[in-house]
Amino acid sequence: MNVIEATQLVKTYNPDTIPVHAVNNVSLDIKKGEFTAIVGPSGSGKTTLLNMIGGLDTPTEGKVIVDGVEIDNLNQSELTDFRMHNIGFVFQSYNLIPVMTARENIEFIMLLQKIDKNARESRSEELMEKMGISETSKRRPSELSGGQQQRVAVARALASKPKFILADEPTANLDSQSTNSLLDIMAKMNEEENVTFVFSTHDQRVIDKAKRVITIVDGKVESDETK
Amino acid sequence: MLYLKLAWRNIWRNRKRTWITASSIGFAVFFAVFMQSMQLGSYQRMIDNSVRFYTGHLAIHQAAYWEEKLLDNGFEQSKVESLILDSETIDVAVPRLTSFALASYKDKTKGALINGVDPILEARLTYLDNKLTAGSYMSGNGVLVAKGLAEYLKISVGDTLIFVSQGYHGVNAAGKYPVEGILKFPVPELNQSAVYLPLPLAQEFFGAEGIITSYSLLMNEPDEITEVQSSLAGFAKENDLEVMNWEEMMPELLQGIEMDYYGGLIMIYILYAVIGFGILGTFLMMTKERTYEFGILVSIGMKKLKIQFMVALEILMLTFFGVLLGLVASFPLTFYFFNNPIEFTGDAAKAYENFGYEAIIPFSLDPVIFYSQGVVILIISLFLGIYPMLAIQHLKIIKALKE
Ligand SMILES: Nc1ncnc2c1ncn2[C@@H]1O[C@H](COP(=O)(O)OP(=O)(O)O)[C@@H](O)[C@H]1O
Ligand SMILES: [Mg+2]
Repeated sequence: MNVIEATQLVKTYNPDTIPVHAVNNVSLDIKKGEFTAIVGPSGSGKTTLLNMIGGLDTPTEGKVIVDGVEIDNLNQSELTDFRMHNIGFVFQSYNLIPVMTARENIEFIMLLQKIDKNARESRSEELMEKMGISETSKRRPSELSGGQQQRVAVARALASKPKFILADEPTANLDSQSTNSLLDIMAKMNEEENVTFVFSTHDQRVIDKAKRVITIVDGKVESDETK
Repeated sequence: MLYLKLAWRNIWRNRKRTWITASSIGFAVFFAVFMQSMQLGSYQRMIDNSVRFYTGHLAIHQAAYWEEKLLDNGFEQSKVESLILDSETIDVAVPRLTSFALASYKDKTKGALINGVDPILEARLTYLDNKLTAGSYMSGNGVLVAKGLAEYLKISVGDTLIFVSQGYHGVNAAGKYPVEGILKFPVPELNQSAVYLPLPLAQEFFGAEGIITSYSLLMNEPDEITEVQSSLAGFAKENDLEVMNWEEMMPELLQGIEMDYYGGLIMIYILYAVIGFGILGTFLMMTKERTYEFGILVSIGMKKLKIQFMVALEILMLTFFGVLLGLVASFPLTFYFFNNPIEFTGDAAKAYENFGYEAIIPFSLDPVIFYSQGVVILIISLFLGIYPMLAIQHLKIIKALKE
């Protein structure tokens, strides 16, 4: 079953002056349980593609269907709700709410979802345990290392049990050790809980860990290999 | 609860800025409270002094009297007496018969303002007895003469003064009265012409048995004036009388107070405008520097309305905190000055006393002074808060995430 179906996606910036086709006719299906890397050099259109798939940006042409819902048909507020319930996000850096502790950050989306306290607590404890960040639970983001922050961000994304997680260059600001451990954790969650991950990267070590690698050049899919 | 917690932590993210903003709000509130307390306090005292000077809070006249202050426009005291004496809100009611006469002593003659009064009641309203500089207060047969007039006539206590005038409804009036005492008035006009004598004596002199020209009323509480005035209005109309309040009788006093008040208000508003720019600056920063964060929040599923709610709470908290600082700082000070009014000394004190005012600046603790500042600041904040609300409303996720 496809969690994501993107059909002939086009994103054109400055259509009236000097058009930039950041994403140029990309079609793409992601199935449940995939661990997929979107790969390409800087400026190739990875972020633009992920933003459209995640309902953060609207395509100039084409459509995105997430879990059977054509998300371009949703209005702004419906889309925000849709993201909350269905999509987990991990960004390059500064993902977390600075005034909240690690644990509060992890529970934040569950709070927005009005999940009750006990369920929230057991879920966040479980995730912190799995991610090896239990000891950071009471610390604020500024007191965490970059690697810990990204693990908290992944935990937050996972907490609400989304259909899939989009991570735009989640390791771009991490050293190699933190990169490894973040990838290991993501892979483990993929194995154990069958969580679907779509992440972008141009780091070969990260690419090596992906099960499927979609390469984008100049906004077009150049290759799509499943290992 | 979540939003309160978030808002609270957010305002303390930048402690320094929060303190500076709150302090500037606090300063504005402090200044405004202090100034208004002083203004309202002195107006109250000024009004009190002024009404005690002569008019009372309210005065009852015959309908035509205020336009033409003639003896013939007097009325029968018995008409209103029972009504007034029954009232519990009226502290003291002072009847007067006022008219003009020529006063002569030896070869000197001068126009005099004759006031027939009840010695005891008059003393309760205007403290007439305190104005005595020589002789003794009215005993029943004699008159009190203002110092300026006495000096002109070269008359002193024990001498006999002759009055000639036209009495009630044109009768001839003449009489001679021993001078019992000399009064000193701060206002030259009165000091040059006033003569006081017991009411029955004046009525006898003018041939106006039972007639008075005014009834001056002093309320227990100044805010009861309007109420009493309107409660008397019906009766007054039926009896061809008129009830006037001090504002109507002394419009220039009211004008003076209003001008001073609005002058102060303009200063306060200028201060608020200056502080307002500071607040706006803080609000701009609070929104601008968190654009990326808001982008993340919307991305992960927090609706803009909720972010707006959170920021609105931050704005309210910051404002309340500032107002609280201002009130906490200003209350003890105004309270102190309320109990220990600033006293003038030397020439300034004399100048005040010459006009019949006490030489002090009293302060008011009227609650309206305190909460009106809070309300004004709140309105300013809410108004300025429109900007952050709109900024969040128009936030573009993709752009925000690129910050
Ligand atoms: N808002 C924008 N306006 C104009 N061009 C843009 C905008 N955003 C991105 N681009 C262009 O689109 C292309 C793809 O960008 P992006 O998706 O960020 O690439 P990547 O994430 O692979 O580095 C780049 O050439 C970039 O300059
Ligand atoms: Mg990118």
